[in-house]
Amino acid sequence: MGAPDRATIFPALAAILAGAGATLALLLAETQWHVAVVALAGVAALLIGGRAGFGDAIHRSVASHHRVTSATSWLAGAVVVFLLREHNFELLMLCTVMLYVLAGLGLTVQFGFAGVVNFAAAAFMGVGAYTAAVLMTSTGLPHLVVVLAAGVVTALIGSVLLLPLLRTRGHYAALITIAFGILFRTFLEVNDTLGGPQGLKVPGLQIFGYAFNEAIEFDDETEWSFYTAYAGVFLVVLGLAYTLVRRVERSWMGLALDAVRLDETAASAFGLNGAAWKIAAFSFGNFLAGIAGALYAILTAFIAPASFTFGDSLLLLSIVILGGLGNPLGLLPAALVVVVLPEKLQVIQEYRFLLFAALVILILLLRPGGLMPRRAREYFPGRSS
Amino acid sequence: MDPALFAQHLLNGVMLGVIYALVAVGFTLFFGVLDVIKFSHGDVVMLGAFTALATSIAASAAGLSSPVILAAMLLAAIVGMALVGMLMARYLVLPLRNAPTLNVLLVTLMAGTVIREGVRLFYPQGSNPKPFPRLLPTGAFEFGAFTLRHDSIVLLVLGVGAIVFVHLLIVRTRLGLAIRAVAQDPETAAAMGIPFRGTVLATFAIGSALAALAGVVNGLYYSEVSFNMGLLLGAIGFSAAVIGGLGNVYGAILGGFVFAALQTIGAVALPFASAYKDVFAFGVVILLMAWKPGGLLAERSAERV
Repeated sequence: MGAPDRATIFPALAAILAGAGATLALLLAETQWHVAVVALAGVAALLIGGRAGFGDAIHRSVASHHRVTSATSWLAGAVVVFLLREHNFELLMLCTVMLYVLAGLGLTVQFGFAGVVNFAAAAFMGVGAYTAAVLMTSTGLPHLVVVLAAGVVTALIGSVLLLPLLRTRGHYAALITIAFGILFRTFLEVNDTLGGPQGLKVPGLQIFGYAFNEAIEFDDETEWSFYTAYAGVFLVVLGLAYTLVRRVERSWMGLALDAVRLDETAASAFGLNGAAWKIAAFSFGNFLAGIAGALYAILTAFIAPASFTFGDSLLLLSIVILGGLGNPLGLLPAALVVVVLPEKLQVIQEYRFLLFAALVILILLLRPGGLMPRRAREYFPGRSS
Repeated sequence: MDPALFAQHLLNGVMLGVIYALVAVGFTLFFGVLDVIKFSHGDVVMLGAFTALATSIAASAAGLSSPVILAAMLLAAIVGMALVGMLMARYLVLPLRNAPTLNVLLVTLMAGTVIREGVRLFYPQGSNPKPFPRLLPTGAFEFGAFTLRHDSIVLLVLGVGAIVFVHLLIVRTRLGLAIRAVAQDPETAAAMGIPFRGTVLATFAIGSALAALAGVVNGLYYSEVSFNMGLLLGAIGFSAAVIGGLGNVYGAILGGFVFAALQTIGAVALPFASAYKDVFAFGVVILLMAWKPGGLLAERSAERV
């Protein structure tokens, strides 16, 4: 290895700019015609760019200028939120996308890194959402504590599945999470103390005495949507979770998780405790899903069993697969496609499950790695080897 | 418990068990030959029921008598679903043979969603539950408080007959021998001149035909079908096949009856509301998996490293 061969920073900045621009354009597109053009252009850019080698250029440049690019990404996120400050509906969608990405991060750790299947991601979000709802209405705990507690409770409830999950593999393990997902939903529907099919109301977020559900007014007549504050908080939570997941992936922990996923027997021959890694990954993923669920409950102010069905778990799973299994960055375009497109394209609203199912089938058949396939691990990022 | 009531619940449980076993046998057959789970199976059950429904509407419009309608709808559903199963195997499952096994699970889950949404959107008023025609004799034998409906007897005979038929097919025929050979070792089977692809397609046709039968039996028993019945039936059939031990036909039948028994016990014997019967049944399934990770009738196998 010679001297570090630093790439220029421009491809990375261009990529961040393009990502933020595409997100904004998709959210703000007015007519269905615009939406279709933006979405198709975005997907085409991803596919063609990947084939033409832009992906490598961006990747090298990000790896060489790690701090600057991550600071720029935070800034870009804040700018997107700021530009949308007066658009209620668009901000709501952006918040939803961020929560799906957050839950998708959890699923990525479980399924993408450790290889632990989870067909009940939406059920775990539901656990977090109901925990938050109950804690917020019946106790006076600070809301930030409630959100964290929802994550912890979700991880604890998930640990009920650990014993069967560790003893089984493959399809047998898949069955356990599927059974849990159905069980959870049925339980909510018939349980009267948790509101039954009608669900529960959730109060608005308050942090340090600041009520989030009030529109942000200034002395003159400018008024920001109250979702701006939510989007800001979600951005911070998502940014922290994303950084954490990335750090885990790059560290010795990520290496251990990869080893356990790829060949548990060989990994154990090298002294890795496969069960312990799977437990850690499953619990951490459920923690993130629980936090996403709690924030979802607070955002929508109302939760019902119908929001946490098996179909929703599949939607989350298809986000993870669509983005590229194991690549946290791919979650963003995938979640945009899955969440925003049906809202914007009223034409396909009715047909959205049909179209997504068909889309995922096509991707799995033609491009098994997803929109942004996971890259091989680089031990010395930024150096050409 | 009152013996008549007990007999009534037993009959109901057996009826459910037959339906679940029909679905579970399909899962286990597919797993046997290809080591894959075809999760659209529940939706194939539903599609079979709707095919039968559409056929019966067309046939009764043509003025045919009940037995003829019944035969026509069974035939249409079974042949139709056998074709659907073969198409899915050919274009969705076989191309992914070398992909990670969970990809197949996902692809077929999505294919199931396509079928489900397709029926919901394109069948006339497909999002509402549909009444299923009552084509079987409506009388009943009365034994005190216990009533044995004639149609239940016919359905039981039909279901059990189909299971026995598949059993004989697998144990006694050349096709069954080929299926068992491919299940045991595809490469050796191919070396012995057994056509791999043909055997797989035949297996998928048989399993899907059973699914169609399960759909029709389910429709005739409850007199109602709906587009989303397949999700739960598929999950139950999959659970049954897994409880029994994937790849083992008898395990699947056993699993079907175990699941039906769990549901019936959950509905009848639990102290709290019977609404929790599915919660109870799936909870016990999770516990069963923790206890016997390979299913009740697991294949004895050592993992080769």
